[in-house]
Amino acid sequence: MKPALILQRREFLQASGVLTGMLAVGSPLALLAPTRTWAVDLSTLTSAEGATLMAMARTIAPHDKLEDAAYALVVRGIDEQASKDDGLKKLMKDGAQGLGADFARAPEAQRVAALKKIEQSPFFQLTRVKTLQLLYSSPLAYKYFGYEGEAFSKGGYLYRGLNDLRWLPDVPLEDSGPMPTA
Amino acid sequence: MIEHTDEGAVVIVGSGAGGGTLAHELTRRGIKVVLLEAGKRESIASFSQDPNVAFGQLTWLDPRTQSGTWTVPRDFPTLPAWIAKSVGGTTVHWTGATPRNREWEVTARTSYGNVAGTSLIDWPISYQELKNYYQLAERRLGVTRRNGVPGMPASNNFKVMYAGAKKLGFKRVHTGYLAINPQPFDGRALCIQQGFCAQGCKTGAKWSTLYTEIPRAEATGNLDLRIQCMATRIEHGADGRANGVVYRDAQGKEQRQKARIVCVAGNALETPRLLLLSESAKYPHGLANSSDQVGRNYTHHIINFVWGIFDQPVHAWRGATLAGLIEDPQVNDPKRGFVGGYHFELCSLDLPTFPLVGIPYGWGRDFASVIDNFANIAGILVNGEDMPRADNRITLDPKVRDAYGLPVAHVHVDEHPNDLAMRKHATDWGAKLYEAIGAKRTLKGSHPPATHNMGTARMSKNPRDGVTNAWGQTHDIKNLFVSDGSQMSTPGSANPTLTIVALALRQAEYISREMTARNI
Repeated sequence: MKPALILQRREFLQASGVLTGMLAVGSPLALLAPTRTWAVDLSTLTSAEGATLMAMARTIAPHDKLEDAAYALVVRGIDEQASKDDGLKKLMKDGAQGLGADFARAPEAQRVAALKKIEQSPFFQLTRVKTLQLLYSSPLAYKYFGYEGEAFSKGGYLYRGLNDLRWLPDVPLEDSGPMPTA
Repeated sequence: MIEHTDEGAVVIVGSGAGGGTLAHELTRRGIKVVLLEAGKRESIASFSQDPNVAFGQLTWLDPRTQSGTWTVPRDFPTLPAWIAKSVGGTTVHWTGATPRNREWEVTARTSYGNVAGTSLIDWPISYQELKNYYQLAERRLGVTRRNGVPGMPASNNFKVMYAGAKKLGFKRVHTGYLAINPQPFDGRALCIQQGFCAQGCKTGAKWSTLYTEIPRAEATGNLDLRIQCMATRIEHGADGRANGVVYRDAQGKEQRQKARIVCVAGNALETPRLLLLSESAKYPHGLANSSDQVGRNYTHHIINFVWGIFDQPVHAWRGATLAGLIEDPQVNDPKRGFVGGYHFELCSLDLPTFPLVGIPYGWGRDFASVIDNFANIAGILVNGEDMPRADNRITLDPKVRDAYGLPVAHVHVDEHPNDLAMRKHATDWGAKLYEAIGAKRTLKGSHPPATHNMGTARMSKNPRDGVTNAWGQTHDIKNLFVSDGSQMSTPGSANPTLTIVALALRQAEYISREMTARNI
């Protein structure tokens, strides 16, 4: 078997769990990868807990064509934080166990119904916030949503699309200002 | 370097728009200033372009607590205010918007009448005088569309706002008054329209005391800037006058700086907190608080995002974040169902921030469908005047303590019916603006954590109504000043930085004059 792309620095000698999957065709991570398989080692969460949280992340923020690796990175982030925070670790483990082993394999409607029941719980609220924080910060998300991110290193957007929108009229000069000459 | 025992120095707490400007103005007049800043010193080179890193680098994240009926405690339970803890204060992460308050806004009590459940007062300054200092401040900051400075070029996001505003018949719509250089000015580069204003400007095109006022103050040789120094108490002598500031240095060690004059500019949450923490046998309710007004009348503006989702790309993140303004709604027209006015300002958020701050609720298919359209979302921000209320206030939290064991600031806000009516009017019109040009969906976003914090140590003609006189000098203690947005008698609807700078320029003249006359 070819080695998998390891989506983290391997700081932990002993993993308690692992998530694995395949990169999507054209994934930004494919450039880095020796093969299309990827693996995320978990230091605190078990494989089953990781799978539950990964399914939960996809239920909270369901982007059908966003590849599994993006959601696995969410779980990796939570796992890393939980390894340094016993309160978070307990909250996540108890919460994942509360959802049950079948949650990860259940159809979306059932997952939604299960999460609706715990919507007000600290476990759900914290997982929701952490999912959004981690999911939309990754290069995978930037590419998927067409977000270009920082532009300082490329000279800004001044001459790179600041006002390339063509489906509305241009603004008269008196209500805007001149483009500086390059 | 100023000796800790030097009794001749002015001690300023906070290095933002108020404190940083005041420090420069005093030092260039030959006055020795110790400037205490709780945060670290970043630079154009050290600013991060990763939104999460920048947030951690610049934001005041020490605990604060909150309560009240407004939506911020629900949506952002740990962050009532989004303000900076860094040299330069909130001028490091601001977006450069510098409209003026209008004449009728600084005579709010007279303009709006007796609105039940408010503590409105008129400012103790004439508008003509304030206007003179607005002009000085605009020249200092290089504000666009003033004094011959050109406007910002239009971004895609502004094109959308402009088209919608014109469809609705708004007349005064342009790329805004901004303290951001459209061309090189005052040793600072031009704006390359990279976005990321709120993460610290990587070109210095945006005015910030961090790289304008403070280095100039340092160059006079009269400034002693002490970073990571958190003021914990203002001390006074037997005569009741302030005579020093106690603070924790970068190592957490307690230090004591003697002072001839103390100026507090810690933003409208920390300023009243410091005055309240400084209680003593002589001043049992805190300094400058004989009127019981310290911490009261907290205002934060009616802020609300409105998002329009279109069929075609907008790429709203390209360009200066707030480069767009609709001035028409800044009128007092009670026929709208509320007093006071508001602006619409252009706004965008980066991808990591948008789901958390722009629409900080919801999950599942509907939520995800909004984010799926991220490249097609245009945005505006409502910025309106909220009503001061005696019980909307900053107090010392009875339970939660900071790293030094001191009570943290507790923020309480109950929205006034006028606030709710304005918010509804403004967000309805914001949605109409996008619908008028074919938005497939509009969303009224959140009220974000307060970035504009005002009124908690306000200027008042009558000492019973406020904390300071028309110069920001406290009614109770002649050598104690308030030098930030806390002193604003009412908020008006303009983003507060220009007003804070104008008041600091004016206060510096007064302090210098009074020192020369040996009145303080």
